[in-house]
Amino acid sequence: MSKHFFGDTATLLGRSLRHISRSVDTIVTTAIMPIAMMLMFVYVFGGAIKTGSDSYVNYMLPGILLITVASGIAYTAFRLFTDMKSGIFERFQSMPIARSSVLWAHVLTSLVANLISLVVVVLVALLMGFRSSAGVLAWLAVAGILMLFTLALTWLAVISGLSAKSVDGASAFSFPLIFLPFLSSAFVPTDTMPGPVRVFAEYQPVTSIVNTIRDLFTQQPVGTDIWIALAWCVGLLIVAYIFAMTTYRRKIS
Amino acid sequence: MTAQQAQAIHVQGLKKSYKELQVLRGVDFEVARGSIFALLGSNGAGKTTVVKILSTLLKADAGTARVNGFDVATQAADVRESISLTGQFAAVDEILTGRENLVLVARLRHLSNPGKIADDLLKRFSLTDAGARKASTYSGGMRRRLDIAMSLIGNPPVIFLDEPTTGLDPQARIEVWQTVKELAHRGTTVLLTTQYLDEAEQLADRIAILHEGRIIVNGTLTELKQLLPPAKVEYVEKQPTLEDVFLTLVGDDGKNGTPAMTATSARTNREQR
Repeated sequence: MSKHFFGDTATLLGRSLRHISRSVDTIVTTAIMPIAMMLMFVYVFGGAIKTGSDSYVNYMLPGILLITVASGIAYTAFRLFTDMKSGIFERFQSMPIARSSVLWAHVLTSLVANLISLVVVVLVALLMGFRSSAGVLAWLAVAGILMLFTLALTWLAVISGLSAKSVDGASAFSFPLIFLPFLSSAFVPTDTMPGPVRVFAEYQPVTSIVNTIRDLFTQQPVGTDIWIALAWCVGLLIVAYIFAMTTYRRKIS
Repeated sequence: MTAQQAQAIHVQGLKKSYKELQVLRGVDFEVARGSIFALLGSNGAGKTTVVKILSTLLKADAGTARVNGFDVATQAADVRESISLTGQFAAVDEILTGRENLVLVARLRHLSNPGKIADDLLKRFSLTDAGARKASTYSGGMRRRLDIAMSLIGNPPVIFLDEPTTGLDPQARIEVWQTVKELAHRGTTVLLTTQYLDEAEQLADRIAILHEGRIIVNGTLTELKQLLPPAKVEYVEKQPTLEDVFLTLVGDDGKNGTPAMTATSARTNREQR
């Protein structure tokens, strides 16, 4: 690791954060789709869905938060792809900097941008009647899990941004991720689903993450779900990180 | 070693293939310190590949290359400390302002007082008024000037310019030429690639022609001219070229504050035609 790693990462992070502050639309777009879904589910479908919970907003917010992250990381792939295409990536690589700081700056930017989008979505949910009795510690745990989830998906986005051939291709990978929560316990209890779908829904990562966040919000004991959720996030993070770094090394050598 | 040190760039037997396609088939050349060296070739001749290898963005399959005395394969970090690359497409950050672009590069080169460096360069490249504007609003010539200004930060002894004037209008082209000449005056070694013959003729101390992955000739302009039989004397009525007409009509004041094309450079332009 180069002695300039932290300084260079900070400099490049400053650059990307400027990009975000000058294209606030990327954060708004990230937040708008989940908010629209939330409105639709709560005020259109919500009345017909039996969840056993007294407030449907409370029930579905965790899933909406994951959808927010899944759509937000598409911009990381997009920004990375744009850097590669514009030649500024090569400029950075030909300079005496810590080379991996270029990637880390994008990853940290993704964390910041998604955090802002998540806060916006939670604020809208509060307006729609979302209430939680969770204490500071539970909120921190929710934030921690969401950040870990963001980090894992961001490294996935890095792979896509580095290897894409077109702008559309760079962000296309996020669509399946956005739909994954629909096949989980995010919007309806899984026991109403037919056999194979139910099995998939119960064992895919989103369900354990959603259940954990829901339990934290309602101050229920989180049980084993939290460990399964953490294992999925950390596992995905490690695999995606290794693949992203391999792709990166192949790109720059 | 001392002989090698006298050369800013030393390339020997460089080979590179992309899968089946052999792009470089053994490229050799040297560039003396403080000189301008033009690598001339048509599209796809391998010019960009040479530049990418020399700037440590690509690894060669065979051969050695030394830049400022450092081997590009084994001392890549030292090479990157000694060079600046101005790629084929102006590599500026469009969302940042001109000044922010310069400050960014100064920070990444770990220089103290990046703000002052940026302001000085904005002045030198007549971009002071545009410094607070986003680079995406710049004209092609201004972007190129900003791009080159970014490359000069930290005064690297060797600068690579990959097709610096492709896609520029005639005035912007002359501005870039002026900048390159100034650089060489200050002792910077410049390796530029171009597909424009007149560009090589205008700027370069030495010219090498890269064709089908090999350097087929390498020499000064005079030496290259001697390769062909001596000029016949013909009487030709000298008509102004379209470029002369264009530049005369448009004048030098088309852009605010651009470094004025000097009368002499316009005249030499005409004489060499």
